[in-house]
Amino acid sequence: MDLNTVWFILVGVLFTGYAMLDGFDLGVGTLHLFVKKDEDRRVFLNAIGPVWDGNEVWLVTGGGALFAAFPVVYATVFSGFYLAFMALLAALIFRAVAIEFRSKETWRWWRTMWDTGFSLGSIVSGLLIGVAMGNILQGIQLDERGEYVGGFWALLNPYALLLGGTTVALFAMHGSIYLVMKTGGDLQARVRRWVNRTIGIFLAFYIILNVATLVYAPHLLEIVRARPWLLVIFVINVLIVLNIPRENHKGNEFRAFLSSCAAMATLMMLFGFTVFPNMVLSMPNPENSLNIYNSASTPKTHFIMLIIALIGVPIVLAYTASIYYIFRGKVKLTPHSY
Amino acid sequence: MDVEILSRIQFAFTVMFHYIYPPLSIGLGVILVIMEAMWLRTGKVRYHNMARYWTRVFGLTFAIGVATGIVMEFEFGTNWATYSRFVGDVFGSALAAEGIFAFFLESGFLAILLFGWNKVGPKMHFFATVMVCLGSHFSAVWIVVANSWMQTPAGFSIEYNGQIMPPGFIPSADQILHSRAVIHDFWAMVFNPSAMDRLSHVIVGCWQAGAFLVISISAFYLLRGRHREFAMTSLKIGLVVAAVASLLQLATGAKSADGVTRNQPAKLAAMEGLFKTQSNAPMGIMGWVDMEKEEVTGLQIPGMLSMLVGNSTDTVVTGLDAFPKEDWPPVQAVFQFYHIMISIGMALIGIAWLGMFLWWRGKLFDLTNPLIRAYYVVLVLAVLGPQIANQTGWFTAEMGRQPWIVYGIMRTSQGLSTVVTANHVLASLIMFAAIYALLFAVFIYLLTRKIQKGPDHEEDSEEMPPSWIALMERRGTRAAS
Repeated sequence: MDLNTVWFILVGVLFTGYAMLDGFDLGVGTLHLFVKKDEDRRVFLNAIGPVWDGNEVWLVTGGGALFAAFPVVYATVFSGFYLAFMALLAALIFRAVAIEFRSKETWRWWRTMWDTGFSLGSIVSGLLIGVAMGNILQGIQLDERGEYVGGFWALLNPYALLLGGTTVALFAMHGSIYLVMKTGGDLQARVRRWVNRTIGIFLAFYIILNVATLVYAPHLLEIVRARPWLLVIFVINVLIVLNIPRENHKGNEFRAFLSSCAAMATLMMLFGFTVFPNMVLSMPNPENSLNIYNSASTPKTHFIMLIIALIGVPIVLAYTASIYYIFRGKVKLTPHSY
Repeated sequence: MDVEILSRIQFAFTVMFHYIYPPLSIGLGVILVIMEAMWLRTGKVRYHNMARYWTRVFGLTFAIGVATGIVMEFEFGTNWATYSRFVGDVFGSALAAEGIFAFFLESGFLAILLFGWNKVGPKMHFFATVMVCLGSHFSAVWIVVANSWMQTPAGFSIEYNGQIMPPGFIPSADQILHSRAVIHDFWAMVFNPSAMDRLSHVIVGCWQAGAFLVISISAFYLLRGRHREFAMTSLKIGLVVAAVASLLQLATGAKSADGVTRNQPAKLAAMEGLFKTQSNAPMGIMGWVDMEKEEVTGLQIPGMLSMLVGNSTDTVVTGLDAFPKEDWPPVQAVFQFYHIMISIGMALIGIAWLGMFLWWRGKLFDLTNPLIRAYYVVLVLAVLGPQIANQTGWFTAEMGRQPWIVYGIMRTSQGLSTVVTANHVLASLIMFAAIYALLFAVFIYLLTRKIQKGPDHEEDSEEMPPSWIALMERRGTRAAS
């Protein structure tokens, strides 16, 4: 395996980490307005309170790794999706500061304002991340220098929006499962009922998405035909998703959550192994696609960064796991909680 | 307005707003470490309560710092795509290292710092505070290294059409789209000529920002006669940090200026408004640059610049006449911002050491004396000093680098995204202006409220975790026996 492939996988791992971790934060945000009582909303915020910040770092580091390992992809996608990414930034900003600001005042309008900011910020973040992935899968119009020339409105096509919706539903499912772990009593009973509903919504989106792929992205079928083992991952993924309600029903919240994480990971694998060795598909000129070779940094940089990753990542995983362990268990509200 | 000017305004605006917060987090982080260390050493509840109060202020600055920081990472790609393609091989690894070594560390342990008071023991909490502080310092390391590489690029070669070019090759406007900088020596990139000077200058500036925030709020309480014990102790800690940092800042500033002289002579000439290459070059204290006549009117010390550069008034200092006009930075702006920074830096030394002197003479807390009260008013306002100096210092550094984005190699106008239009940037600029105005208003409001509310008196009796009480008792018995 060459260093380009290694970095394709590592960037994928970072974004998968982001999906698994910040995915439940965004999911909690998506569901936030569905509880009305102030105390319940505070429980939701404090369920993610200590960890959302560290979770967002997976996106920042994934972006940094993309910049360093595949600068052309970073430059093309970020400048090409300019307005969409600006909206994503606005959404992420509101999501972040709303958590900090919301419970600082008791006025109703204040809390409603930040609750809305938190929830809309989370929903729009998930949606735009999905839209970006949908465009990459479907292919965007790149010129011979690998620059995006399709314009803003072309990004909001049905297929990309469908993947955006699927992502919001996926995060909502993930968030509801996380909330079952972090809540107790009556609230937990309510949230537990949401799990099956969100799974249902996600699966509905997922089925429509797969049908839409036949229509909007037939080139992906060619890839699947050439790589039939993708279907194995697909089947495993569906089985994992179906395992979630089973564990939830039995009251194994943590195992349900692990299943949901595994579902995210297998989805990201499907995405990665489908596009590989490309990183951004170009349509209608596939020869302009950005792949792990024509958009990469030098092997020297890949090697330096591999050393950095080998030193840094195990330490990060160790203390991240310890911190999650310290904050395990149900949310208890104190005067200094959010 | 064209894409270039709009993109520069947007980057400047978003990074200026962002840079209100990280210095506060870095500086307050150091002060939190000191407070918790004192709590562990002495077992006095006062230090514990202080640490908890300042942690809440820290939480507020940190949250906005994170929210506005992610914008910066995106903007390299969104607005400066050609730059990103050109430097990704060199610049990107510093940014990725920042993520892995710094951001994870600070935001991970932040959970324990903010919410772990009742979950972990005092030593573990102290450890977490140290890690957050260390993480924020690491993040300064990597981002300043990356920025310094733009000022004094080192450890790389230029590749044009896939071929490594000989040293000294500067890609022309047509060649730039097919060129990139490739790394050949990672450590030479990290320790590029200006990196360590600038890093020390930036970090000490952050300590000043944190220290003067603590000083300002404490002085406010003492003026109002509120939370006396708490405010006196906080003020002392803040003053010690400020006194040490303001002197260090003089040293790191001198070192940085020395580096600019050697590495970026055009920037130095702009900072001092020196048009002619000359010996006996003067140093301005304040003044106005007349761009028509190419001279500075104002207060100047003759020969001082030559003296500082080469220890002799005979030293010849390079002036702007050594460079073609299109390579000049905006002289007036760089000159003014630089001198504002210097003046504030000097004032901060005076303010901090006056406080140390008063403390030594036992007069610091004599609030019946109107002169001392006047000094306290200065202390309350001094919180703005490091903020303005940090901002103007960065203006000097970044505007002084113009017209280059990578000094001497790539022009700012060449680094833009080719597919982004002026209307796009205008739209996002308006968006950021609106969001940041809202954030700033809420930040000021919440900070003011926090200050008015003050530290929590009941905190120690009600919320002190059992493990901490046990520690206190152990300390207490040891002291008694």
